[in-house]
Amino acid sequence: MTQSSLLIWPVLLPLVLGTMMFLTRGRFVLLLSLAAAVGTALSSFSVCRAVQQSSTLVHEVGGWGTPLGIVLRADGLAAVMLGLSGLVGLIISVYSLTYFKSGSRKEHMFWPIWLLLWGGLNGLFVSGDIFNLYVTLELVSLGAIPLIALAGTHDAIKASLRYLLLALLGSMSYLFGVGLLYMRFGVLDLAMLSNVITPDLTVYAALALMTGGLIIKAALFPMHFWLPPAHSSAPAPVSAALSGLVVTASFYIVARLWFYVFPALELAKLGQLIGLLGCGAILWGGWQAIQQERLKMLVAYSTVSQLGYLFLVFPLCNTAVEGSGIAWSGSILFAVSHAIAKACAFLAAGVFIKVYGHDSISELRGAGRQLPMVTFAFAFAGVNLMGLPPSGGFVGKWMLLKAAFLTGQWWYGVVIVCGGLLAFCYIFRVLEQFMTAPDASAPMEKAPAVMTYSVLVLAVVAVSLGFYTPVLLSILGVDSPVSLVSFAPEVLLP
Amino acid sequence: MNAWLPVLIPATSLIAALIIFFLDEENRRLRTFVNLTTASLKVLLVVFLFVGVSRGEDYRFTLSLFFGFDIVLHADALSLLFVSLSALLWLVTTIYAIGYLDVSHGHDRSRFFGFFSLCVSATTAIALAGNLFTFLFFYELLTITTYPLVAHRGGPDAIKAGRVYLLYTLGGGALLLVAIVWLKSIVGAAEFVTGGMLIPFVASHQTELTIIFTMLIIGFGVKAALVPLHGWLPVAMVAPAPVSALLHAVAVVKAGAFGIMRTVYDVYGAGVCTELGVRPWLAAVAAFTIIYGSVRALRQDDFKRRLAYSTVSQVSYIILGAAIIGPVATIGGLVHIFHQGIMKITMFFVAGNLAEELHIKKVSQMNGIGRRMPITMASFTIAACAMIGIPPMAGFISKWNLGLGAIVAEQEWVVAVLLGSTMLNAAYFLPIVYRAWFKEPDVEFDPPQNGRSLEIHPYLLIPPLFTALCVLAAGIFAGMPFSPLEWAKLIALREYGL
Repeated sequence: MTQSSLLIWPVLLPLVLGTMMFLTRGRFVLLLSLAAAVGTALSSFSVCRAVQQSSTLVHEVGGWGTPLGIVLRADGLAAVMLGLSGLVGLIISVYSLTYFKSGSRKEHMFWPIWLLLWGGLNGLFVSGDIFNLYVTLELVSLGAIPLIALAGTHDAIKASLRYLLLALLGSMSYLFGVGLLYMRFGVLDLAMLSNVITPDLTVYAALALMTGGLIIKAALFPMHFWLPPAHSSAPAPVSAALSGLVVTASFYIVARLWFYVFPALELAKLGQLIGLLGCGAILWGGWQAIQQERLKMLVAYSTVSQLGYLFLVFPLCNTAVEGSGIAWSGSILFAVSHAIAKACAFLAAGVFIKVYGHDSISELRGAGRQLPMVTFAFAFAGVNLMGLPPSGGFVGKWMLLKAAFLTGQWWYGVVIVCGGLLAFCYIFRVLEQFMTAPDASAPMEKAPAVMTYSVLVLAVVAVSLGFYTPVLLSILGVDSPVSLVSFAPEVLLP
Repeated sequence: MNAWLPVLIPATSLIAALIIFFLDEENRRLRTFVNLTTASLKVLLVVFLFVGVSRGEDYRFTLSLFFGFDIVLHADALSLLFVSLSALLWLVTTIYAIGYLDVSHGHDRSRFFGFFSLCVSATTAIALAGNLFTFLFFYELLTITTYPLVAHRGGPDAIKAGRVYLLYTLGGGALLLVAIVWLKSIVGAAEFVTGGMLIPFVASHQTELTIIFTMLIIGFGVKAALVPLHGWLPVAMVAPAPVSALLHAVAVVKAGAFGIMRTVYDVYGAGVCTELGVRPWLAAVAAFTIIYGSVRALRQDDFKRRLAYSTVSQVSYIILGAAIIGPVATIGGLVHIFHQGIMKITMFFVAGNLAEELHIKKVSQMNGIGRRMPITMASFTIAACAMIGIPPMAGFISKWNLGLGAIVAEQEWVVAVLLGSTMLNAAYFLPIVYRAWFKEPDVEFDPPQNGRSLEIHPYLLIPPLFTALCVLAAGIFAGMPFSPLEWAKLIALREYGL
C-alpha cells in the first residue's frame, strides 16, 4: 500500500460504515459507531502526519488519472482541515454516544447521517477538482439538513427547511460557475485550471457565481440569517458539527479557489468587498449575540461574528505586500481554533440543556458550582472566542492584526479589536451567571461523565492551541500559496 | 537547567492550580499542603535565581510560536525585583487566605485557591517576560484569572464589580494589543533590552512612536490605576480581603506599573523617551494621580475604599520615578515597587482582620480598636507611618530618592507634589492611628472566640505582623547588600549604562 492511498480512508471509512449503520440494531450501534469514529479520526491524523513528513499526497482513485478519473489531493491546507475534522468529529462522536437515548429512534437516525456528513466533509477537503467539490458539498448539506430536523421541534423543522432552500440556491450558483469554467477550459482539476486561467469575463463571472454561492453557505453577513435558527435548534452534537465544521468547509472552498485556482486574476476590489462583508459580520454578529436570551442562540450568533474574521484574509493577504502571507496563516489558524472552540461551546450548551432542561442564560445561575467542569469548558472556549492568550484565537487575531498594519489597512485592525470587545461582552454575560450563587433547586439530571469529559478535552485543546502553532504552520506550509514567513526588518541591537 | 528555571517559577503555581481544581471542596488539609508547599518552593526557586543572577548567570527560556514570535522568559535585574516581591508576598497571602477562607466562612474554595494560584503564576510570568509579546500574553492571562477572584462572592455587588473590572482591563488590553502589533510592524522584534531598543527608529518614525507610547501607557495605566483610568479599583473592593491584598500589592496594579517601567526603560529607553518629549506628560499625569488619589482617600469612611484610593496615589510614585529623568529618581520609583507592595499588603491584611473578627468596615467605628487587637493595629501603625514617609521606614526611602532625583533633574515642582502628598497621607492615615490607640471604644468589642488568648486566628495574625516587620527592615537595612534599595540602584546603573 503506498502512502498516498492513505487518503482514501478518511472518506471511505465513514461512508461505508455509515451505510452499514442503517442495518445495525441494538448495542452494535454503539460499538460500530465508536469504531467508525476512531478509525476515521486516526486515518485523518495519519494523513496529516504523512503530509507534514513528506509533502502533498496525490491519489488517483482506481488508478485513473486526470482528466478522466477522480483525483484526491492533500496539501498542507487540506491536511490541516482533515486533522481538524478528525479531532472535532471524534469528540462529537464520543459525546453523542451518551447524548442520544440508547435504542431510541433519534439515535438510530443520527449515526448513519452523521457519518455520511463526516465522510462528505473529509471528501471535500481532499477533493482535487471543482466538480467533486460540488458533489461533496451537496453531500454535506444533504446530511446537515435531516440532522437539524432530527431535533423534531417545530422550530427545528422550519429552520432546516429554510436552510435547505438556501443551501440549494448556494449549490446551484456554485454549480453554474463550475459549468462556465468547464465550458471555457474543458478541465475541472484544480491544478490544471490554475495553469490555464486567463482573466476574461467568463472567468470573472464563474468566480463571482461560485464565491456568491459559497458565501450563502458559509453564512457570511448579510446572508447569515438562516444560520442562528438552524444551528441553535439542532441537537447539540449536530450544532457543534455545523458551526464547527460545515460552515468552515464552505470557507475552505472559497479560500481554495481564490488562492490556488484564481491567483492570476485581479481580485483586490472584490477582496475589499468581501472584507467589508466580513467586518459587517464581525460587528453585527457580535452585537446580536449580546442581545440573545438563549445560550445556543448566543453561541450561534457568535459563529456569525467569528466567520467574519476568516473572510478578512481576502483583503488582507495581498501578495504584492511582503509579509502579508501572515494573513493567510492567521485566518486558517483562526478557522481551526474557531471550529474547535465553537464545537466545544455547543457541546457544553448541550450538557446544560440536558441537566437543566433549558438554555435560558438568565436562569443558569450557579451552574459554576453544580457543573464546574462544563463551566470550565465553556470558559475555555470563551477565551478562544475572545481571542485571549494562550488560545489559537489570540494567535490568529494577532496575525490578522499584523497583516492589517503591514498592508496599511488599519481600519480592519479597528474592526478586529472591536469584534474582540463584543466577544468579551457576550461571553462574560454567560460566565457571570455561572459565577453567581445557585438557586436552591438541585439539578434535574446528572451530567453524563462521557459528555462532560469529552467537552473538557476539546476545551483544553481550544485554550492551549496557541502553543501548537509551530506544528500547524509546519503542516500548512506544505505547498502553501503564499510565503508564511513574516516580514521582520533587521533590528539593530546595541 | 538555566533555561528551565524561569519556567519552573511560574509553573509551580500553575501545577498547584491544576491539582487544587480537581480536589474535593472539603479536602482542606491536602489543599493547604499543596498551597504551602508550592508557595515555599517558589520562594526557594526565586532565591536560587537571585543567587544565580547576581553571579552573572543568564537564565533564558525561548519557545518559538511562529516566525518572529517567541515566548521568552528571561531573568534580568528588573524582573527579579518584581518576581521576588510576588513570590514572597504570595506565600504570605496564601497563609492569610487559608485562614480567611478555610477557618471561617468559605464557599467555592477550590475555585478560589485554584484561580489564586493561576493569578500568581501569571504575575511571575509577567515579571520574567522577556519581550512585549510574552508580556501581553501573560498580562491578558492575569486579567481573566483575577476575574473569578473579584467576583468570588457571587452577589450582585461582586458581579457588578467583576463587570467593571473587566470593562476597564480588557479595554486596556485591547489597546495594548494594537499598540504592540503596530510597534512590531515597525521594528520587528520587541525584546526588552536594557536601555531601550528604539534608538535607530526615532528619527524616521517619531509620530508613530509617540502615538504608540501613549497607547501603551494608557493600556498599562488601566491596571496601574492612573487617573482617570482608576475607576475599577475602588469598585473591586467587594472582593475578599486576600484578593484585595493581592490585587493592590502584588498582582494587578503592580503588573500595570511594571509594564510602564518596562515600556519606559527597556522598550523605548530613557533617552528615547526624553527625545520624544513624552516624559513631562507622564510626570504630570502621575503627579495629578498622586494628589487626586490622596484627596479622594481623605473623604472615604469605608476603610477598604480609603486604602484603595491610597493605592491609586501610591502606585503613581512608581510611575513618577519613571517619568523624571535621571538615575536617582529611577531608583526611587523602582524601590517603591517593592516598598508599596509590603506596606499596602499589611494594610489590607489589617482591614481583613477587622472585618473578619469584629465586622468593622468603617473608619468611624475604629475608636479604641487598638486595645482589642493590639498586634494587628501595631502592624497597621508601622505601615501607615512608612506610607507617610517617616524615617527610617520603607516609604521614606522611596520618597527621599524621588525628591532627590527631582532636584537633580531640576524639576523642583515634584518636591512640592511629594510634600503635598505626604501631608495628605498623614491626614488620612494618622486619624485612624489616633482613633485606634487614643480614643475610648464606643462599644464593647466581642472577646476572641473559643477563649483564644490571641486576638485573632494565628493564620490571620502572622502575615500582617511579618509584612510590617519587612516594612521596618526595608527601611532600616536599606544600606545592606541585597536590600530592595541596593537592588534598585543596581538596576538603575544598568539602565543608564553607568
